[in-house]
Amino acid sequence: MRPAPSSTMSKLKSKKRNIDEDEDDQLPIFEKDNSKDGHLDDDDDDDEGQADHSDSEESVFSGLEESGSDSDDEEEEEDEEDDDVSVLKSCDVEEDKRTSEDVQLSTKDITEPQNDIKGSKDKKKKKKKSSSEVKKDDESVTVTSQRIEGLKILSHVDEYERDSSDEEDIRNTVGNIPMEWYKDYPHIGYDLDGKKIFKPIRNKDELDEFLDKMENPDYWRTVQDKMTGADIRLSDEQVELVRRLQQGKFGDVNFNEYEPAVEFFSNEVMIHPVTNRPQDKRSFIPSLIEKEKVGKLVHAIKMGWIKPRRPAETTPQYYDLWAKEDPNSILGRHKMHVPAPKMKLPGHEESYNPPPEYLMSEEERLAWEQLDPEDRKLSYLPQKFACLRAVPAYSRFIHERFERCLDLYLCPRQRKMRVNVNPEDLIPKLPKPKDLHPFPTTQSLVYLGHSSLIRSISVSPSGQWLVSGSDDCTVRFWEVSTARCLKTMEVGGAVKGVAWNPNPSVSLVAVSFDNTVLLLNPGLCDRLVSNSTDQLISSYEDPEESKDQHVQWTVSEGEDHEQGHRLTLKHPKAVRQVTWHGKGDYLACVMPDNTSNLQVVIHQVSKRRTQNPFRKSKGLVQCVSFHPIRPYFFVATQRYVRVYNLIKQELTKKLMTNCKWISSMAIHPGGDNVICGSYDCRLAWFDLDLSTKPYKVLRHHKKALRGVAYHRHYPLFASASDDGSVIVCHGMVYNDLLQNPLIVPVKVLKGHSVTQDLGVLDVTFHPTQPWVFSSGADGTVRLFT
Amino acid sequence: MGGLQKKKYESGSATNYITRNRARKKLSLSLADFRRLCILKGIYPHEPKHKKKVNKGSTAPRTYYLLKDIRFLLHEPIVGKFREYKIFVRKLRKAYGKAEWSGVQRLRENKPAYKLDHIIKERYPTFIDALRDVDDSLSMCFLFSTFARTGKCHVQTIQLCRRLSVEWMNYIITSRSLRKVFLSIKGIYYQAEVLGQTITWIVPYQFAHNHPTDVDYRVMATFTELYTTLFGFVNFRLYQTLNLVYPPKLDGPGEASLRSGCDEDYALDSESYSEKLSALSASLARMVPVMEEEETQLDHFPAEGEDLEKMEAREKEELERDAQKKLFEGLKFFLNREVPRESLAFLIRCLGGQVSWDKSLCIGSTYDVTDETITHHIVDRPNIDKQYINRYYIQPQWVYDSLNAKMLLPVEDYFLGVTLPPHLSPFVEETEGDYVPPEKLKLLALQRGEKPQEENEEEEDDDDDDEEDDDDEQSEEDEEEEEEAKLTEIEEKRTKGKNLPVKVTPGKVKAENRTKAEQEEKAEEKRLAIMMMKKREKYLYEKIMFGKKRNIRDANKLAAKRKAHDEASKTDKKKKKKC
Repeated sequence: MRPAPSSTMSKLKSKKRNIDEDEDDQLPIFEKDNSKDGHLDDDDDDDEGQADHSDSEESVFSGLEESGSDSDDEEEEEDEEDDDVSVLKSCDVEEDKRTSEDVQLSTKDITEPQNDIKGSKDKKKKKKKSSSEVKKDDESVTVTSQRIEGLKILSHVDEYERDSSDEEDIRNTVGNIPMEWYKDYPHIGYDLDGKKIFKPIRNKDELDEFLDKMENPDYWRTVQDKMTGADIRLSDEQVELVRRLQQGKFGDVNFNEYEPAVEFFSNEVMIHPVTNRPQDKRSFIPSLIEKEKVGKLVHAIKMGWIKPRRPAETTPQYYDLWAKEDPNSILGRHKMHVPAPKMKLPGHEESYNPPPEYLMSEEERLAWEQLDPEDRKLSYLPQKFACLRAVPAYSRFIHERFERCLDLYLCPRQRKMRVNVNPEDLIPKLPKPKDLHPFPTTQSLVYLGHSSLIRSISVSPSGQWLVSGSDDCTVRFWEVSTARCLKTMEVGGAVKGVAWNPNPSVSLVAVSFDNTVLLLNPGLCDRLVSNSTDQLISSYEDPEESKDQHVQWTVSEGEDHEQGHRLTLKHPKAVRQVTWHGKGDYLACVMPDNTSNLQVVIHQVSKRRTQNPFRKSKGLVQCVSFHPIRPYFFVATQRYVRVYNLIKQELTKKLMTNCKWISSMAIHPGGDNVICGSYDCRLAWFDLDLSTKPYKVLRHHKKALRGVAYHRHYPLFASASDDGSVIVCHGMVYNDLLQNPLIVPVKVLKGHSVTQDLGVLDVTFHPTQPWVFSSGADGTVRLFT
Repeated sequence: MGGLQKKKYESGSATNYITRNRARKKLSLSLADFRRLCILKGIYPHEPKHKKKVNKGSTAPRTYYLLKDIRFLLHEPIVGKFREYKIFVRKLRKAYGKAEWSGVQRLRENKPAYKLDHIIKERYPTFIDALRDVDDSLSMCFLFSTFARTGKCHVQTIQLCRRLSVEWMNYIITSRSLRKVFLSIKGIYYQAEVLGQTITWIVPYQFAHNHPTDVDYRVMATFTELYTTLFGFVNFRLYQTLNLVYPPKLDGPGEASLRSGCDEDYALDSESYSEKLSALSASLARMVPVMEEEETQLDHFPAEGEDLEKMEAREKEELERDAQKKLFEGLKFFLNREVPRESLAFLIRCLGGQVSWDKSLCIGSTYDVTDETITHHIVDRPNIDKQYINRYYIQPQWVYDSLNAKMLLPVEDYFLGVTLPPHLSPFVEETEGDYVPPEKLKLLALQRGEKPQEENEEEEDDDDDDEEDDDDEQSEEDEEEEEEAKLTEIEEKRTKGKNLPVKVTPGKVKAENRTKAEQEEKAEEKRLAIMMMKKREKYLYEKIMFGKKRNIRDANKLAAKRKAHDEASKTDKKKKKKC
């Protein structure tokens, strides 16, 4: 081959000259090609013969072919054409029917789009794309071409007519390899004779390409053959074929894809068998295995081993199951068995025509609908129907049966004894309050004057006077019988506690505020008593050796003395409660403080002495009290009451109150019983002889207890609470040690109004009468008689 | 001291109970099979007293069974049958998968079956036990017998249920033991007294069922399986006690007439026979022909005091029952086509009446509409075209109410087009303090034999009386007012003359209501006593009192509603009258 001249060929050279140059050498080769496989090109030739050759380099090759084709006979051409078309018809049996007329028709069809393309440039771009597709299709075209070639060669052997799968491309013997391996070589492969197939001389640049595009009307139908590298101009038929394939149609125009199907197997019996195979011999000979099997079965039947099948009984047979009732069959488990409770019987409201009151009103119905189905009292809505005919089916009937089934096998069963008690029997039989008179029943007097809550009240031992200490920093003295305020004393702070000296021969009132305890002589009672009290205080002489005390005793003088102040005791901490000993000489003060051991101090007024009885703190002290008769001292901390023997200086008892926080405490005048009120609404009664645990815990109040008190003579005790009520109970203590105290609530006294969640703060009994005083957060003291 | 330390959860309640899952594993059954076994054997879970102890300290909710129960289940032969069935299903599936149709057929023919007879006998060692527990099985069978023949369960089951329920109804008719009926919105409740046992069952109205999707029909089917077995045996025994032939046969002459009548309607002879049975119109054949009317006289025993009273009460009850049994004797009913035929036929026959219906309605009608001897014609439509003069045309509720009242109620309230009186539940027995609807009071009065007064007149009289009373009171008040006015006038006149500076106002006399004071005192006493109650007793007391109060509240509410309704209706009536 001669690549050199073709490569050096200038663009300016005319095409015809090129053709002339190459003609001579290449002709034989291409002829050969043509004769074997170039029929596609031949088709091109036909068209190209008329078309103008505007290609420059491409045409070199095609021109050669042209020349080759020119040399071919016209007859041969026609034959080829015929064959080609037959391939286009997807190689069907009807090869012979093909005519050249069809081809002509199809070519005419194609010319039209050609013109269009020329018309618009935009379409050309599109065509470019499509041309690339066409290139792809080109491969398929080549394949078909191979087939045709085969046809041509071996036209006499029909068998392999369609079998072209394993055939190689004979024009180029390199096989199915990527053609870019040859891209650096001048040749593109080898032909059957082992000679190189040279690439067509192509040194087209962009300009050439463009010119080509512009000038060559067949540019759009020109594709490159990959195997040979040659440009091929597709004939009209090929273009049409490509177009049809792209549209997803059959290649052949005349092929009818909807031809009626011819059933091969049908119900009609044909005279010829489907297969012509002769029958086996074994089909005429009886089977030995079967004979053996049948023999076995016959034998089994003879022997009675196999019996004829009886029809299965579908209906159950019933008989007298309990014909012989055996008492032994009642087992323990039958006795243990808990039978399922029967379904609840329906009430009036379930009737189809219930009395009108059982129907739900609109609000009830709405409420029923809003309730959860589980919470509903009735599982259905009562309804009324005018007649039986109008009653519909109940939609939840199956549901209810099913739920019953579930209950029967899923619900745990338990025997529960129903408590059948007459509630009246539960109420304890107590003596009637009527029989327990006297006790306070009505509110008779209200002592008005204080402007703030009254923390503490105390009655004089004669029962004639009442002292009250309030948060408005005043102490007021009242006449009990008239509710007149006789004296008002201003002190330097909110009064926390007041206590009248229980000794009738001494007229002293202890008042505690801040960290001061003031001993007052109100001067209300007998002048003799008052004077003797003053004398008692003034007759004190300082001992030689002054002791170092926690508390500072000062005698009031001047104006204070005029007012009635006698002694002032300055404590290191705030004093909360003061209480006198029964004899009236000792005074105990509580200074609650959890950290120090100085919480309780006992003063002796006559000797102006102070002592701290406890070395160790046992908790926050709430209140203290002296035993009325014996030298015992009660200290209530938050949860316990400790009883100390003052003489032996030891702990004698520790009472467990079972309360969270004790608020107040009172000792029975007999000294053997103690009541404790607590902030958790309880009142605990202790019998000291009985136990350290409460004999009885009463929970009568709704809110925290603030004060408790015993009457000195009558078997009464009272408790005051934040709920604004005072409850008076009959608490009889018998001399007989074996008989437990009798506790009967006799009266609930109400009168105080609750202010700031505080109700009654203190309660105390009249020393002689069955009267009770109560002071409240509403700034009043009330007397109930 | 010495000895081994006791380990936790190795004795006591922890070992007496077993959780469901462990029980299932112990029996090596699937959950479905375990459920079936529990249903059939009547094993139910138990709630341990101390859950934490049983559950080894955990409080997770679990279902517990008694270990004894599970041990008892271990020896149940039916467990083996379950396994056989499981294997059968597996084989069948395999055969289907391989398309071995002959194999499928063979397997189907050899389908393992089991019987529940021994379980019934074991669960109910005596007949009375079984009878006591027959309530649920009745309701279930009646429900299943109304199912459509397609779909939810086997046709055989439905047919069996139908057969058994018809047998039961026939028994009740023959023994005349129906006591109470109640038409509710859910269905019809029946109560019968069989051999001294009160048995209640419910039958749904005759409609196609809307099968719910959230119901497990397998559970229902298992129960039905058990119930049909139990029910069949109970029926057999009951028929035996009455000397009836089981399976039931119609009495000789009736049978013959029926057979000649309408054999052509049904293709199968057996089918037509069962239909005839279910028509409930003919009596059943007996093993031994009955003596006509054997009057049994109750023996009298000498009794004293309370026993005597009880005896008398019992005798009275007995008499009432007898009267109820023969309530419809001699009456001839005809059912129009729109009334529930089966229910009414059952009822009427139970009370000794004769009943018939249109020939085209159902098989087994005995006489025609044109029969002159018909006394009651039951109709459930506003009016009827052709009426015969010698019979009552009544609504079906009359039959039900009469049965419940144990007497023939006045038919006037139940005529066609008349607003029916409310249908009351016969199962409600009011105790003291409960609300009793006025209709019930009226009924009780009727039963005692008091004649009901004409309502309207009575009402009018009442109104008049009220008005008169009002007038009187008003006049009295007026007089008093006048007197007072006079007095004040006189006083004013007097005071005008003197013009005193100090005004004396007459002190008001506090009317001391002694009884009220006493009551208050008592109430306070009680309150104080309640304060002294122990905590536990107080809790109980409050609970009881709460329940009581609630009952009272409910009753009051109902009474108030009724009153409001009555007043509203009265005003309506008056308005109508005025119009």
